[in-house]
Amino acid sequence: MSNQGVDPGRRRFLTVTTSVVGGAGAAAAVWPFLASLKPSERAKALGAPVTVDIGKVEPGQRITVAWRGKPVWIVRRTPDMLESLPKVSDDLRDPQSEEEQQPQYAQNETRSIKPEVLVMVGSCTHLGCSPTFRPDHPAPEIHSNWQGGFFCPCHGSMFDLAGRVYKGVPAPLNLAVPPHRYEGDSTIVVGEDPAGVA
Amino acid sequence: MAIVPNPHKTTGVLGWIDDRFPLTKLWKDHLTEYYAPKNFNFWYYFGSLALLVLVNQLLTGIFLTMHYKPDAAQAWHSVEYIMRDVPWGNVIRYLHSTGASAFFIVVYLHMYRGLMYGSYRKPRELIWVFGCLIFLCLMAEAFAGYVLPWGQMSYWGAQVIISLFGAIPVIGPDLVIWIQGDYIPSDATLNRLFSLHVIAIPFVLVGLVVAHLIALHEVGSNNPDGVEIKKHKDPATGIPLDGIGFHPYYTVKDLVGVGVFLMIFLGVVFFAPDGGGYFLERPNFQEANPLVTPEHITPAWYFGAFYAILRAIPDKLMGVIGMGAAVVIFFALPWLDRSKVKSIRYKGWMFKTALALFTIAFVLLSYFGMQPPSEIGTLISRIGTFVYFAFFLLMPIYSKLDKTKPEPERVTYEAH
Repeated sequence: MSNQGVDPGRRRFLTVTTSVVGGAGAAAAVWPFLASLKPSERAKALGAPVTVDIGKVEPGQRITVAWRGKPVWIVRRTPDMLESLPKVSDDLRDPQSEEEQQPQYAQNETRSIKPEVLVMVGSCTHLGCSPTFRPDHPAPEIHSNWQGGFFCPCHGSMFDLAGRVYKGVPAPLNLAVPPHRYEGDSTIVVGEDPAGVA
Repeated sequence: MAIVPNPHKTTGVLGWIDDRFPLTKLWKDHLTEYYAPKNFNFWYYFGSLALLVLVNQLLTGIFLTMHYKPDAAQAWHSVEYIMRDVPWGNVIRYLHSTGASAFFIVVYLHMYRGLMYGSYRKPRELIWVFGCLIFLCLMAEAFAGYVLPWGQMSYWGAQVIISLFGAIPVIGPDLVIWIQGDYIPSDATLNRLFSLHVIAIPFVLVGLVVAHLIALHEVGSNNPDGVEIKKHKDPATGIPLDGIGFHPYYTVKDLVGVGVFLMIFLGVVFFAPDGGGYFLERPNFQEANPLVTPEHITPAWYFGAFYAILRAIPDKLMGVIGMGAAVVIFFALPWLDRSKVKSIRYKGWMFKTALALFTIAFVLLSYFGMQPPSEIGTLISRIGTFVYFAFFLLMPIYSKLDKTKPEPERVTYEAH
């Protein structure tokens, strides 16, 4: 040990370097804690996007896939079905899809990215039952102006072929369109927005 | 080793402690020899009542945690179990849930006292800042607590509030998933909100309350006249002439407040624990169901004003910023008020009008924040939002222009 007195420059250097190294270490130690809050592997496995090949879905046909524990319908609508949409507008609660029940890229007349392909969460916005697919029309036992759509057997809520809810039924909102994107022409990824859309 | 005798000359057990720990010193500094102005009025009950409610929340919370299960599959049923099967469980839960609303009532009145008498002004800026941080903690604590019963309003309220973060550009959607720990509010979300509600936030909250009180006892209490009692001290003792020891004078006064408060509080707990649907909202008597949205999602009443501001602004991101700003702007208050006097008693018509308009705006916003959206509600909320912010942002101007009355030298006080 020397008695030569204090070298302030050396002391400052040591203080600063120790603080920088210690600070970096402390910052790095924060990471595991913040990262632990991210979805766990189990949550990711349960919530992962679902890739669906729709190449074999015939016009007018519906298929159902499971995504995050919910049924997701994919319907390839025929030109007739698309033409039926404006015919029921007057009987609908939210014909313009103003409520946020769909991503912005599906906020259009057909509530879809490609007009013919409907992608929709198949649970009724009333009490979560799964409505049945009723493309047949007319069906006066359902509604006098039935052009095909989805009918909920639980409490009689009615939706058209774009999932828009009829007036005077218990369901308050249109059926939800999940985020989805196309990977090529006939493959849909349910659960992911198209690139560049937040 | 010989110990230097403590300056309080205490003996016996107390003397033994005082030689080793400043017990008598703390007692004197913060109670018997903490001199508070002698002219406190009704509005000065709410600080000690806030402390009382905090103790109530901590105690009842500890006992609720002994029976509650922070698990999405079990949470709701464990709350029902507390209500039906745990001896006195319903009373303990109602004390806690009513306590949450009481906390906000008491704290809002406590803050309003500060607004009226200029308690945030120099040298009490830090007391005010600590208080604002307490208010932020309280909001976070209330939000997290509301989610725990995992009822419909718990779930959808969490959904709405967490999705607000999604409005932040670029990182928003990922941030929401990070906060939830899942793609939708789920078990992971419930579990972390439980952790925050029972560990993290209470720790911070209690620490802030201590800081709030240390800062208060450093500079001394304000009073309805907004004049400093430390300006006139007894030359012999150094005690402010208008000051009286907090204990026994104000402890006794506050006990009266506690008595009246408990009568009202327990009246609600025993006879109207859901507070007419405002303290416990009706949809929360149904278990959370991610597939079914309640017809009308309302915030708890104490968030009504902020929720109304969110809805009043047509753009989602701007709405979120507006709502945040409505809370954060309170921090700036000590530097916005340029008036020559502190207390409303000596302020002019401009400040009085501004405060009256702000009060009306806050009440209307709180009301319309709880109502389903309507055209008239949106219009009134927009005007209310404008008035709310104008109160703060124009304060540097009107508080300076305002014609004030001269402050008295000493506090005004009539013996009774």
